[in-house]
Amino acid sequence: MKLRRAAGGLVQVGLPAWIYLPAAAGALFVIVPLLAILLRIDWPNFIPLITSESSRAALLLSLKTAGASTVLCVLIGVPMAVVLARGSFPGQSVLRALVLLPLVLPPVVGGIALLYTYGRMGLVGEHLETLGIRIAFTTTAVVLAQTFVSLPFLVVSLEGALRSAGNRYESIAATLGARPTTVLRTVTVPLVLPGLMSGAVLAFARALGEFGATLTFAGSLQGTTRTLPLEIYLQRETDPDAAVALSLLLIVVAGAIVVASASRRLAGPL
Amino acid sequence: MNRLPRLTALLGAALAVAGCAGSDSQDTGGEITVFAAASLKSTFAELGTQFEETNPGTRVRFNFAGSSDLVAQLTQGAPADVFASADEPNMVKAVDAGLVDGEPVTFATNTLTIVTPPDNPKDVASFADLAEPGTSVVVCAPQVPCGSATERVAEAAGVALSPVSEESSVTDVLGKITSGQADAGLVYVTDAKVAGDQVTAIPFPESGDAVNTYPMAVLDGAANAELAQQFVDLVTGPTGRQVLAEAGFAAP
Repeated sequence: MKLRRAAGGLVQVGLPAWIYLPAAAGALFVIVPLLAILLRIDWPNFIPLITSESSRAALLLSLKTAGASTVLCVLIGVPMAVVLARGSFPGQSVLRALVLLPLVLPPVVGGIALLYTYGRMGLVGEHLETLGIRIAFTTTAVVLAQTFVSLPFLVVSLEGALRSAGNRYESIAATLGARPTTVLRTVTVPLVLPGLMSGAVLAFARALGEFGATLTFAGSLQGTTRTLPLEIYLQRETDPDAAVALSLLLIVVAGAIVVASASRRLAGPL
Repeated sequence: MNRLPRLTALLGAALAVAGCAGSDSQDTGGEITVFAAASLKSTFAELGTQFEETNPGTRVRFNFAGSSDLVAQLTQGAPADVFASADEPNMVKAVDAGLVDGEPVTFATNTLTIVTPPDNPKDVASFADLAEPGTSVVVCAPQVPCGSATERVAEAAGVALSPVSEESSVTDVLGKITSGQADAGLVYVTDAKVAGDQVTAIPFPESGDAVNTYPMAVLDGAANAELAQQFVDLVTGPTGRQVLAEAGFAAP
């Protein structure tokens, strides 16, 4: 809000009229497909379709795994963002680029990479196998796939929040004799809490929509690895109405998350 | 806002162009578009090249995808001259939707086979071995053709499978075997053949209980019905039979 007012103060001129045309085209480009789904819904059967046993299992699994991967993202993403924003060490920018890579990778590539890491013959999976731990075809595999693709979302938004918040308060706290851990706990984290929240919400949304890496790496079994996007993909083969109904369900859940994220973002420094 | 409908039309057109994957419907006389099941990719590509060579000036364009995807695309108005399905139900869907001109012809059959990683770690030798505890088995989901064939075979053999994963396509099952994630999987004979020495194929007698037939037909909206029929004749004739047999397809 602060930003908008500042910009308004600087530039008194209104928007050029033509800009509404491409903007409207862009909006339509996004909105029309969503409308198309709404129009294709088989409303009389909508409730039975989304409450069938397989649909409920898929939704529940999706919420559970997306929740678990969001927790994982926060646990490892917060330290990562802090190190990237506040630390200084050689190769920092290279490391940042590498960590953010899953943002631009096609998810199926992520799935293949995970397969060769945690799969039975994988770099790490091979050793886990000898310890009797198998990740392939388990819910853990789904959580790993989701964490892999959603972690950058949390790191990017939190690092941005940390950078724009600056380290003025942290320096003051340190001058007053606070130890680094105390500074982090009592100053840094509370300062960027809105940024952390929006990052976590984005990560959750991304995890919820995860499809490619899960399909490639985790497999597909009702109640264990078949999340909502995989269920939609499968239902489409035999029951397009169910696929459309589940798509709307996913859109509603994702929409609620995006709205929550947007309101958080306005309040936060991002 | 009288610009709105035009914009919507423009967007619709853009999406349609993107959606039909370059299958240009321009009537150039010597061109046909063939929608064929993904499992026919290598055989049909070869037959297409042969067709172009024996009929100079013609061009065969292909759109390979899952049979149900192809029916969905055709129902939504994708322009095509020939449809070749990997199973009968999807051809029936196309016929019921009034897309087909004349009677579909069956041109090949395919059966299931067990595949394991090359070293067959669990020593799978029969269909019943798939039910052994500790053997992780990957199959197709019952919703897709290879999965319904799997269900029929398991029922006929009286074996209850408890797979670790039910994949949406044969390719995904094969991938889990070639990458060594699972101990055994059920795929079509032709898929096992494509995978070569990346897998060990174990034929089993119960596979005869679920023979998958491949029908093809000239489509009602064919821009070049004559040429389309010639292509169908090539596939169902001796040349087609030979190419298909080399890939592991049995005669209908």
